[in-house]
Amino acid sequence: MIADKFSSINFGRILIYSILIFFAFIYLAPLYVMFSTSLKDIEEIRSGNLLALPNDPTLYAWAKAWSSACTGSECKGLAPFFWNSVKIVFPAVIISTIIGAFNGYVLSKWKFKGSELFFGALLFGCFIPFQVILLPMAILLSKLGLSNTVSGLVLVHVIYGVAFTTLFFRNYYIGISTELVRAARLDGAGFFDIFRHIFLPISTPIFVVTIIWQFTQIWNDFLFGVVYSGAGTQPITVALNNLVNTSVGGKEYNVDMAAAIIAALPTLIVYVFAGKYFVRGLTAGAVKG
Amino acid sequence: MLNFLEKHLPKIVIAPTTLAMIVCMYGFILWTGLLSFTKSRMMPQWEYVGFEQYIRLFENPRWHVALDNLAVFLILFIAISLALGLLLAIFLDQKIRNEGVIRTIYLYPMAISFIVTGTAWKWILNPGLGIEKIFRDMGFLDFEFRWLVEQDMAIYTIVIAAVWQSSGFVMAMFLAGLRGVDDNLVKAAKIDGASTFRSYWHVILPIMRPVFFSAVVILTHIAIKSFDLVQALTGGGPGYSSDLPANFMYTFAFNRAQMGLGAASAMVMLFGVLAVLIPYLYSELRERET
Repeated sequence: MIADKFSSINFGRILIYSILIFFAFIYLAPLYVMFSTSLKDIEEIRSGNLLALPNDPTLYAWAKAWSSACTGSECKGLAPFFWNSVKIVFPAVIISTIIGAFNGYVLSKWKFKGSELFFGALLFGCFIPFQVILLPMAILLSKLGLSNTVSGLVLVHVIYGVAFTTLFFRNYYIGISTELVRAARLDGAGFFDIFRHIFLPISTPIFVVTIIWQFTQIWNDFLFGVVYSGAGTQPITVALNNLVNTSVGGKEYNVDMAAAIIAALPTLIVYVFAGKYFVRGLTAGAVKG
Repeated sequence: MLNFLEKHLPKIVIAPTTLAMIVCMYGFILWTGLLSFTKSRMMPQWEYVGFEQYIRLFENPRWHVALDNLAVFLILFIAISLALGLLLAIFLDQKIRNEGVIRTIYLYPMAISFIVTGTAWKWILNPGLGIEKIFRDMGFLDFEFRWLVEQDMAIYTIVIAAVWQSSGFVMAMFLAGLRGVDDNLVKAAKIDGASTFRSYWHVILPIMRPVFFSAVVILTHIAIKSFDLVQALTGGGPGYSSDLPANFMYTFAFNRAQMGLGAASAMVMLFGVLAVLIPYLYSELRERET
């Protein structure tokens, strides 16, 4: 035992730890650079370098990024677009999760002729490159009068998010005993009774996983945002991209970085507090979808 | 009536999704496919022109740049992410203290959008004020690092940023796979006299084949969809030297009013994905049957 302990503190262990820590620094570096740049003034950015700590930290860049930076022709900062994203994300996440829960319940416990085919066909939707649906969707939205609206974006995110949410719930519910469902049916319990009394109480983990997955996906979306939003309804990713590419006067890298952190903050916070579930969602979506 | 409802309730519950799927997935794919055989520009125009758009597409030098970039990006992004992810997973699997913290650090970029990643790396790689300046401040006055503005090198900046964002995820997949490997197998290999390296190489890695497979499929999927990263990091530039097919499609379909051409490029992208996906799903299904 002692010999074992002794030999474990050898050159190999030190090498492994050094490599792991080295990479930890590499992964953290961009976040550090973003933060420290966002706290510097433009003079210091020009004279110092990326890795230097801010001499005289200032929140100027944060204030400007939030409320007065130009994102194209308007100069209202990211704030309005942050709220656009909130308005898009909340309904889209809730609706797609609820639909996914019921779909998954049916596909695992109320199978009917063709339900497997349906599931296979839906799964395919997790993989298609969205470029292939962009044009017709644009036309459908304009026919529905939803072009450039928040509701239009919610609809698009629900439609293309349901494939994933269904997959998550189906794979979770399939592990629950079918006997239980059969027994409840013999007792006269109906479709919704069984869902409410048997499935819902044990579904908290999968709801958390699905909600976190959908939240990150939709908050981080750029493609649908840039194609289907208009001047006043852009989500934060589109606004951030516009902000970075708008240079009225000199380029203010500190404002760019503050804006980038603002855009990343909601998903980062979710990740820090619910990382376990986030990883579970990723691997569930990964291994199957 | 009530009985009928009760009996068909599962189907009724599924119906809206079925409708949305048939119309918004398969219907739309068909629609885009048909559109790619027309000469539509600003608006859809249903005049059949055969393969003209595809011919135009493959005669367009910009499309070839995008395809070449995709090849470079796919190969490097996948190879580096796999190598790095596997290496970190194996090291993390050695009963490391504070493993949770390190794992969290490796994985957090995955929670961030490609737009934020692109914005951050655009600043880090800034010619003049970015990495170049760090080295010059250290005394290497002639140090140059301006890939971001070099036509031949811009695509590699996309690789760097994408690897930074996704390799932690590959690490997590491999780590989960390693944890699933039976400890006794490793012990048996060691008793037989295999070194740690050899036991990984000959015993553990072959078991992880499915994980490799899924990782490649997912990374391919991320790579083909990497539209936002390019948009934020290089804007496809300088010129169009770092365009990927997704950026090509967006530019022509939405900014240049070339719907037919955009549709054709989208269809080529779809077939590219299918070429990877179908063998994957096929082998998955076969595995499940045996």
